[in-house]
Amino acid sequence: MIGSPHVVSERNSVRLVMAKVMAALVPATLAHAWFFGPGIWVSLLLCLLFGLFFEAFALGMRGYPLKPFLTDGSVLLTGWLLALSLPTLAPWWLYAVGMLFAVLVAKHLYGGLGQNLFNPAMVGYAVLIISFPTHMTQWPAPGDLAIHVPGLAEAFDLVFAGQGSISPDAYTSATPLDSLRTQLLNGKTAAEAMTQPPFGYFGGKGGEMVAVMVLLGGVLMLMNGVITWRIPAAFLGGIALTALVMQLIDPTRQAGPLFHLFSGAAMLGAFFIATDPVSASTTPRGQLIYGGLAGMLTVLIRVFGGYPDGVAFSVLLLNMAVPLIDTYTQPRVFGASAPRRPRV
Amino acid sequence: MGAREQRPGAGGRRLHAFNGGVHPEEHKSVSTSRPIQPLPLLPRYVVPMRQHIGNPAAPLVQVGDKVLKGQMIGLPEGAISVAVHAPTSGTVLAVGHRPVTHPSGLPDICVEIEADGEDRAVAMAPVDWRAMEPGALRAHLRDMGLAGLGGAVFPSHVKLDPGKERKIHTLILNGAECEPWITCDDLTMRHHAAEILAGAAVMRHALGCETVLVGIEDNKPEAQAAMRAAAEHAGYPVEVVAVPTRYPGGGGKQLAYTLTGLATPSGGLTTDVGVQVFNVGTAYALHRAVALGEPMLSRIVTVTGHVARPGNYEVRIGTPIADLLAQAGGELPEATGLIIGGPMMGFDLPETAAPVVKAVNCVIVKDRLLFPPPPAPLPCIRCGACARACPADLQPFEMYWYAKAKDLGKAQAYSLFDCIECGCCGYVCPSHIPLVGYYRFAKSEIWAREQEKAAADAARARHEFRDFRQEREKREKAEKFAAKAKETLAATTATAEPGEDPEAARKKAILAAAMEKARQAKEGVQPKNIDKLTAAQQKEIEEIEARRARAVEEKGTP
Repeated sequence: MIGSPHVVSERNSVRLVMAKVMAALVPATLAHAWFFGPGIWVSLLLCLLFGLFFEAFALGMRGYPLKPFLTDGSVLLTGWLLALSLPTLAPWWLYAVGMLFAVLVAKHLYGGLGQNLFNPAMVGYAVLIISFPTHMTQWPAPGDLAIHVPGLAEAFDLVFAGQGSISPDAYTSATPLDSLRTQLLNGKTAAEAMTQPPFGYFGGKGGEMVAVMVLLGGVLMLMNGVITWRIPAAFLGGIALTALVMQLIDPTRQAGPLFHLFSGAAMLGAFFIATDPVSASTTPRGQLIYGGLAGMLTVLIRVFGGYPDGVAFSVLLLNMAVPLIDTYTQPRVFGASAPRRPRV
Repeated sequence: MGAREQRPGAGGRRLHAFNGGVHPEEHKSVSTSRPIQPLPLLPRYVVPMRQHIGNPAAPLVQVGDKVLKGQMIGLPEGAISVAVHAPTSGTVLAVGHRPVTHPSGLPDICVEIEADGEDRAVAMAPVDWRAMEPGALRAHLRDMGLAGLGGAVFPSHVKLDPGKERKIHTLILNGAECEPWITCDDLTMRHHAAEILAGAAVMRHALGCETVLVGIEDNKPEAQAAMRAAAEHAGYPVEVVAVPTRYPGGGGKQLAYTLTGLATPSGGLTTDVGVQVFNVGTAYALHRAVALGEPMLSRIVTVTGHVARPGNYEVRIGTPIADLLAQAGGELPEATGLIIGGPMMGFDLPETAAPVVKAVNCVIVKDRLLFPPPPAPLPCIRCGACARACPADLQPFEMYWYAKAKDLGKAQAYSLFDCIECGCCGYVCPSHIPLVGYYRFAKSEIWAREQEKAAADAARARHEFRDFRQEREKREKAEKFAAKAKETLAATTATAEPGEDPEAARKKAILAAAMEKARQAKEGVQPKNIDKLTAAQQKEIEEIEARRARAVEEKGTP
């Protein structure tokens, strides 16, 4: 016997939610290919394939049916997000290790879809940046800064056969966040540093346009009801506010809100990473706290931490805090005089 | 959470939007094209004694009894119960368990009546409700079998007695009919608007309230027009308000909030905020009970979906669902089952012999196109769609999480019992999890445990009382004995010969008394029933003795 309700909303399924999120990633991916060359297609393909492989492996080990879970789109989304977070043209095993930790450790060791405490893509990223910092900082230069932009065939070669005849110096450059850090260490002011070649109009050259496309995708998801405004708004607000305060305290050495919003993975973090429903806060007030704190931590890690970007670590730290945040921010039930009190 | 935005409704009343809710496809036009059609007299009716919330009625008839239409065949039992009546004249064929229209699918006590075709009725007379004592009016409504027709079938006379402390300021007539497919209230309002308001006049009188509001979803313009027209001649102020079409806007607490902005306290009733809500169909039935003296013998039922002649039918209580379907032209080919009620809160009915009862507002015939089998559920991804759709502002995914883990205390801490089981969460869930099923399971588990606990508590109390009683009896015996001893001592001391040692005399007396008592006891214990034994009895005794001997041998102890 089937219980009520006897009807379900037709335009709604996990697969559709994942497909919509991936569709919203298309503009940013195209922008990435436009500004940084076709290498993204190679790394994206590798991440997706490794993701499917590890997912199938884990499902097989756990005795789960392959079809519903391989086709739910969740592992493809994880792969896509990791591909956008990693430098392109890196050796193939870097993507393999990243996806191995994302899918096997962060997702399936915690119980699979819907059970993971941490954002899988960010776990993969964190493992890689801690384990292989050199590979993780060799980002391809945007087209107009590169001596040579590898084509698709060259990209395959670089990924599978190593650097060969082309020197990495020909196609990589420091990212704006890296560059800013180095310049500041060399005693330059933030304003001076930002006149350097990697910097664009308000973020990094090329990267800022990708960030604009991520923002566009995020707005599309908001309009489509795939995500709600609270986490992205709080995340971006947290970044902007923290960056502003830092700039007011030390105007010579701080880059300011606009730079922080449009460089690194800030936009991706706001709309696609922090909004991962499984690992994010679920209460209305909790989402504001979660997003705001993650944004704040991102800037603090960028400014004071040892790593150029802080999105992955801030999101992972806040993932840990979610059960606590949710417990203390339960909404008021209809007709109740006060919000639920947690039983601790 | 969330802004309780206000927006002006038609007529200037400020409406208050509750959070959440969904808007499934309505499918209402399927059954609104025809007027209400009466069903012809059928040969057989099955009338359950339990058609309302509370105690079932007690059967008043026996097999072979002749009954008349409108004759009371079930007596209301206790405060929360209403009468049950014969839908036509005829003969009682059976009083016993029959399949009934209930989600449990369990048979229940019913009176089966074979119609004699004459449809002779008992004498019915209007009552002068203005002159009646409130208690007498309520008793009349109870005896007329009046229960809420919106689906909960709560006895109306109880709802019309808010108690001395509570003051009801607003009566709301619920014509929202927010469930998809169902149109019986719509049609009742279109065709019986004046009678509905006449019934509401009685309710208003009984409740002692001034304001009467009629809430109708804005997808029913005809019903609104009819009610507005009738309101002009109602003789008292009535405000007909169009409310936004959003399920579950017709839930009593939701409608009260939409119209008045008063939120019913968690765990409470709308009367806690001075509002009483009645379904429009109940008001219509109440009018008939008062103005005609007619008990609740029939109701309007929507028959819709994959059926030949969808529409609204005036159906006598006790009509087998199979007969109702046949009158509606029968199921079309490839029908896949029946839903009683709406698609959001209704239940599957496997047994079409079950009868129409007061709670049945709609019968939907399913097919694969309209009601495809639900997709296989996937794990919850905590997307929160359910929380955004929940009209009670709950966190359904958390309740699901704990219900699934059978962590019932936690489920309850997440306000499980504020859940109205409207099904919005399950409707929007992208993982297609049957969420409401988990909540029902958790609730029934909690109820079962509470019952067990109550039983255990009662047993413990009984045991403690037994201990106490034994202790008391022992004490009383001791006291009695002491008193007696004292008395004996006094007696022997009094009769003691002078010079004799009083102590020795007392001992002698006690000895004499004890011997006397032993003698009496010996005489009293005369073996009984062991003379004049039959051979069989003798044999049985021998067998028992033998068994006892064996048992002693095996165990070593008697």
